[in-house]
Amino acid sequence: MVESRAAAVQELRARFAAGQTRPAEWRAAQLRGGLRMATEMEAEICDALHADLGKPKTEAHVHELSLIKSSCLFALKNLKKWMKPQKVPAKLMNFPSTARITPEPLGLVLVISAWNYPLLLSLDPVIGAIAAGNAVALKPSEGAPAMSSLLAELLPRFVDGTCIKVIEGGVKETTALLNQKWDKIFYTGNSRVGRVVMTAAAKHLTPAVLELGGKCPVVVDSNVDLHIAAKRIAAGKWGCNNGQACIAPDFIITTQAFAPKLLESLKKVLEKFYGKDPLLSADLSRVVNASHFGRLKGLMDEEMVSDKIVFGGQRDEQQLKIAPTIFLDVPLDSAIMKEEIFGPLLPILTVDKIHESFGLINSMAKPLAAYLFTRDSELQNQFEGAISAGGMLFNDTSIHLTNPYLPFGGVGESGTGAYHGKFSFDAFSHRKAVMNRGFAGEARARYPPYSAPKLKILKGVLEGKLGDMIQAILGFPRGK
Amino acid sequence: MGAPVAINGPIGERAITCSHSQWSTGAAEQSERVRAESMGSMVASVEEIGAAAAPQAVERRLGELRATFESGRTRPLSWRQSQLRGLLRLLADKEEEAFRALHDDLGKHRAEAYRDEVGVLTKSANAALREIGKWAAPEKVWVPLVAFPASAQVVPEPLGVVLIFSCWNFPLGLSLEPLIGAIAAGNAVALKPSELAPATARFLEENIGEYLDATAVKVIQGGPAVGEQLMEHRWDKVLFTGCPRVARVVMAAAVKHLTPVALELGGKCPCIFDAVAGRRNLQTSVNRVIFAKWSSCAGQACIAIDYVLVEERFAPTLIKLLKSTLKRFIADSDQMARIVNGRHFQRLSNLLKDPAVAASILHGGGLDAKNLSIEPTILLNPPLDSAIMTEEIFGPLLPIITVKKIEDSIAFVRARPKPLAVYAFTDSAPLKRRIVEETSSGSVTFNDAVVQFGVDTLPFGGVGQSGFGQYHGKYSFEMFSHKKAVLRRGFLVEAMLRYPPWDEQKIAMMRHLFRYDYVRFIFTFLGLRR
Repeated sequence: MVESRAAAVQELRARFAAGQTRPAEWRAAQLRGGLRMATEMEAEICDALHADLGKPKTEAHVHELSLIKSSCLFALKNLKKWMKPQKVPAKLMNFPSTARITPEPLGLVLVISAWNYPLLLSLDPVIGAIAAGNAVALKPSEGAPAMSSLLAELLPRFVDGTCIKVIEGGVKETTALLNQKWDKIFYTGNSRVGRVVMTAAAKHLTPAVLELGGKCPVVVDSNVDLHIAAKRIAAGKWGCNNGQACIAPDFIITTQAFAPKLLESLKKVLEKFYGKDPLLSADLSRVVNASHFGRLKGLMDEEMVSDKIVFGGQRDEQQLKIAPTIFLDVPLDSAIMKEEIFGPLLPILTVDKIHESFGLINSMAKPLAAYLFTRDSELQNQFEGAISAGGMLFNDTSIHLTNPYLPFGGVGESGTGAYHGKFSFDAFSHRKAVMNRGFAGEARARYPPYSAPKLKILKGVLEGKLGDMIQAILGFPRGK
Repeated sequence: MGAPVAINGPIGERAITCSHSQWSTGAAEQSERVRAESMGSMVASVEEIGAAAAPQAVERRLGELRATFESGRTRPLSWRQSQLRGLLRLLADKEEEAFRALHDDLGKHRAEAYRDEVGVLTKSANAALREIGKWAAPEKVWVPLVAFPASAQVVPEPLGVVLIFSCWNFPLGLSLEPLIGAIAAGNAVALKPSELAPATARFLEENIGEYLDATAVKVIQGGPAVGEQLMEHRWDKVLFTGCPRVARVVMAAAVKHLTPVALELGGKCPCIFDAVAGRRNLQTSVNRVIFAKWSSCAGQACIAIDYVLVEERFAPTLIKLLKSTLKRFIADSDQMARIVNGRHFQRLSNLLKDPAVAASILHGGGLDAKNLSIEPTILLNPPLDSAIMTEEIFGPLLPIITVKKIEDSIAFVRARPKPLAVYAFTDSAPLKRRIVEETSSGSVTFNDAVVQFGVDTLPFGGVGQSGFGQYHGKYSFEMFSHKKAVLRRGFLVEAMLRYPPWDEQKIAMMRHLFRYDYVRFIFTFLGLRR
């Protein structure tokens, strides 16, 4: 029986207020439930991913199921440590006192997921929210309907459905949800809807994490192991939901001299991965729906771009499949270079000298990830210093997202906030400062009536002068 | 002329202490002169403000900030350190001017001005200078074996060009404390001081450009119109200190460019006053309550004690001690800041106009409109639905609310929006634990109040209605930084199982790898060989 949205949110609020989500045992039980779900329901989950996206079973395992499982395990392992208050030095001038930072849940969290990694992007934030002790409402993307209904059906079986709720729906339902008051909103998706989310958040002064996207550039130097570089680029681009991933390489920048070699290598690798007719390969996700298919077709068919195709270009509208397609030197003002591609199209831009790539990247919005292939460590350091991105990876693509010790999130147009590992716990916690003072060491100098001697002691205390602190503690200046 | 308005009323056994003597004619005359000067300077600065904030001028200056940041000028540690040193020199050289400005704007005594603003800033800038190397250094993080060979780091980088909206009550501190963090993090900064504290705004405009790098740090004057114009632009971060109403406007405007914001708001900070044992500790507690209510900008502070909760039977003791200590501490109006302007004075007066509220006044209640000064006022159990108990007071009026058992305070606090701070004076460890676990607030301080502000190892910021985002100490640095994840891989070891075409063997190996189960992985891997 589907309860009304308002009733659902009300129950979350009541349960949180009653303290149901606070004990470590409850949180651990939910995490174990999530782990069991990812283990026992593998087949159903893979089927849903295949129905929604044509996602190959391997990708379903490696990019979604495995990551969810390791997320649960990592949170379970570290939960007690993360929950523990952290003592901090309290400063001599406040002697005697102790100080600590106590993490506490924010309260009600709304997680709005995306369609391209519909399991991962739904559950990974939820794992963080639960570990931090919140009550959670999850709104899976309606763009992946099979996964959405699977989550709605499965989650209540494996976790506490009174405090963790799946609320399905499209734009209307999401808007209604956004009008409620949340203590934190976590949104994964595009910047247009990101703005809608932020506007709603502003009404209630709700903090939000926005995991958006951008055009993730790959700069390829000539000083590389070309075959390995090509494989890693291909794996990151087409091996990630056929390019429909926020951290998939969006476009390549390389030197004019090196481009032909890179192209040759990419072609070889693509044939090895997907065979002579990629539209027949079971290892390529399809385009998610007709609307995106039309969008990508438009990018490919734009006049100034369609004659720049150097590989691929095949498409099957019926099956919603587009083959890996590479373009060479498309104009910078083409649509394919102005918006995030989110598909299997890969433009290669060429420059004279590799350093020119820096200026080009910096002329665009800050991306979620920036990649550079080179053995030249000096070039790497310059890239690191000159380019701002959510994350940065040298000589590989995408995999930084699997390291739970690295914060995952954007900057500028690619988003705000980060998660994964402890960063997830922190994203859904309030760091409460707790200070405990003693009654000894009463500093008269603090209080009115003010006087020059008092001011002198205050100055000394604030400048850390021990002598003045001692005087302050001993109650100088005497008298008033 | 200059005679304070006293509010009298029948309260049964409670007598109103209307301490006229505090607001003597002499003091009133002096205050009037000060106030007249402020008015004059306020008028002058409105004109200046108008001129400085002409739209084209603002555009040009913002463009300069962006160009400065893009040039990389603000990135080197040496530049950041030079700015922090410049700030320290400013605070030292211009201390008298700063005291004068704060006295003009708010009637702050120099001791208060030093203790709460100049002194705190000096401490913060020194700490930033000491720690900046550590804060700015990349942090190595662990990489799972499966990614071998690889190295991973979290690298802090400046966000770019940031905007700081300051507030009028600590006009120097709330401008420069965030500035310290923004500069330490390597950003270019636009600072918009509050137009309601014009002397300090002018002080900042005149001196920031002299002591700091004027191409990278700019003071932009003006009122709401200028604030709106600023928010049309793209910023890499905006910090807003002020009230929720304006915060909503700022956050809504930030949507346009997806600008990340931090909001330092306020709330009604409760003080739970338990029956502290021992006369000395009790007196100390009362001293600290007075300090936190009246001694910090006359209660016009986001972390001032807003109201007190005390057990019924203990209330008389507390009230008696408050009154007697107030007499000693705040004998005349010089010892306390004044109300910032006529509008806020009116707002506070109106809180007392409600007859039920007026009837609950036990002490004080004297209003001096000419000098914008209000006596320290204590009320006992005003109606809970009156404005004084539903809005943030932000002034020298202290309601005392009695409860049957002190533990009842917890439910009282929980039923209300999360404040910036919760205070409790108590010896009871169980009560302390319950307060920490069952209430939520920016911070909790036991047996003192307001002092947590100066502890820069503690993050300072709100939660819920009191805001989001934290600063002070290294948290200031982090507020204005992006922590960039950087992973470096080599070409040496290549895991074939990463790539299509896929098969069950590869899936099995990956399962093991993702569980960091290297033994099973090796077996499966060897199985592949056979």
